[in-house]
Amino acid sequence: MISDKLKTSPSALSDNADAETRRATNKRVWRLPWFGLCVSMPILIWQLIFFVLPLVFLVAISFWLVRNFRMVPTFEWHNWSYMLSRGFFWDAYVHTLAMAAGATVLISLVAFPCAYTIAFKFRESAKQLLVLLLVTPFFTSYLVRTYSWQVFLSDNGIFNAALGLVGLEPFAMLNTAFGTYVGYFTLCLPLVVLLQLFSLMYIDRSLIEAAHNLGCGRWRTVLLVVVPSARIGIVVAALFCFILTFGDFVSPLYLGGGQPPTLSTLITDTTKSGQQWPRAAVIATMMIATLLISAFAAVRFAYRRRA
Amino acid sequence: MNEHRLINFLLRSFVVLVLIFIFMPIAGSFVFSFNIDRFPSLPLGGFSLHWYETIASDPAVWQAFSNSLMVGVVVSLVSTLLGFTAAYTDFRYQFFGKSIYMALALLPPTIPVVIMGLAMLAFLSRIGLSGEIYAVMISHIVMCAPFAMAVIRMRLAQMDPNIEAAAWNLGANQWKAMRYVILPFTAPSIFAALFVTMAVSFDEFAVAWFVSGLSETVPVRILNTLQGQVSPTINAIGTIVFITTMTLVILAQLLLMRRRKPASA
Repeated sequence: MISDKLKTSPSALSDNADAETRRATNKRVWRLPWFGLCVSMPILIWQLIFFVLPLVFLVAISFWLVRNFRMVPTFEWHNWSYMLSRGFFWDAYVHTLAMAAGATVLISLVAFPCAYTIAFKFRESAKQLLVLLLVTPFFTSYLVRTYSWQVFLSDNGIFNAALGLVGLEPFAMLNTAFGTYVGYFTLCLPLVVLLQLFSLMYIDRSLIEAAHNLGCGRWRTVLLVVVPSARIGIVVAALFCFILTFGDFVSPLYLGGGQPPTLSTLITDTTKSGQQWPRAAVIATMMIATLLISAFAAVRFAYRRRA
Repeated sequence: MNEHRLINFLLRSFVVLVLIFIFMPIAGSFVFSFNIDRFPSLPLGGFSLHWYETIASDPAVWQAFSNSLMVGVVVSLVSTLLGFTAAYTDFRYQFFGKSIYMALALLPPTIPVVIMGLAMLAFLSRIGLSGEIYAVMISHIVMCAPFAMAVIRMRLAQMDPNIEAAAWNLGANQWKAMRYVILPFTAPSIFAALFVTMAVSFDEFAVAWFVSGLSETVPVRILNTLQGQVSPTINAIGTIVFITTMTLVILAQLLLMRRRKPASA
């Protein structure tokens, strides 16, 4: 089952020896490739038990029932018919989808000029410093940053106080869709800029020069040469952005005020307040299905052959 | 030409704006952690170490730090080991179903944390592990191994596979070649993987929140504080964690640079 990429490996050598022994004794000798198994099996076994099994189990319990605050293993469509016939579920679904899709488009649009400028308009040393700065947020807690935004955005917070100083009326930023978006940007913007940047850095510069030499204007070069060349990176960045915002429960809850609920806040509510895990499992399964479809579509689009 | 310079200036200013946005909450939490006000606003209140004193005298915070440290150490060791074996397998072997194997090794970070959290909670409580600190460790190993795998695989990509084959031809068995050829070559990436996975585990709050029960880690403590009344102690904890993580990362970098020099000389 496991074969070496290399032709000259010790197992290949000993296989020859084995073959001779076999010919000599006319007996079949079957030896397990111990080394290969020891190296390849641990992660497989671990991920099968603690990654695949929990996800399969999650789908399974969506068919279980809750009786007297206990889950009963069975196979009923009850939770599915209950959740899928509820208006609040579909409201949350549409709301989450719209928020995540909007965030994906907005963040990609904001990130692209930034990644483009870093890739093409800075010297090498400045570029390295900027990448370092973009990596820094990954070492700070997303929760702490969210809490910090609460202080900035709240009705009596820093921003509204600053507006007051220049004589403007305060307005509500916390617990609005705007707040949620600030959180989404905090969560995704550095990652999206970095992913776009990596694909932009590998663009063949001569393509851009050729476009310039052929009289292609600035905008047309960006739209017709740079963007298509970096398409895979841009699409993958957008996909990550969509996955992260679609599943995030912190921004909608602590910056967006939790109303209307998103699918992830529905899951945390349903799970943490009581034993309705099967219903939460239905929501989770719907989310996985949605993400799988989006991921599949995005990958198809990214690796589509150029027309 | 004038227009060209104007556009470049605008683009660079835009990058600065994006960086300001990214660093505003980070700088904010640092400043607010030394601010006396419970609800900081303009003008800022006076300097105070009150929030640091509050967390220093809170046993729950100390417990959370010790839990986080314990989880972080175990997770970084196990997930780096698993990531190493996966990276080496991908580097060396070709087999039927390898793409599925690689998908299993790499997919966990793409699953939304709420779903991972719920799945782990349901599964681990079924086998009687939820609410224990082991539950956090197991979930974090699943989520961190892909990062270790990616870091070590990138290093292996720089290696000529013939070097290992040469060791075999010179009489080393597979274990010895692993010990004396692969391990020294990948050592910098192994250290990097240890630190990266520890940082990821130290920062992970959602899955830990689902499965940890009473064994709170630091981020879970923050999340629970966030749900209760507003408290700037979050900023103080955040600042301490940030400084600790950055020190670890910088130390790792220095360590790697010192290790690389004699090798290149």
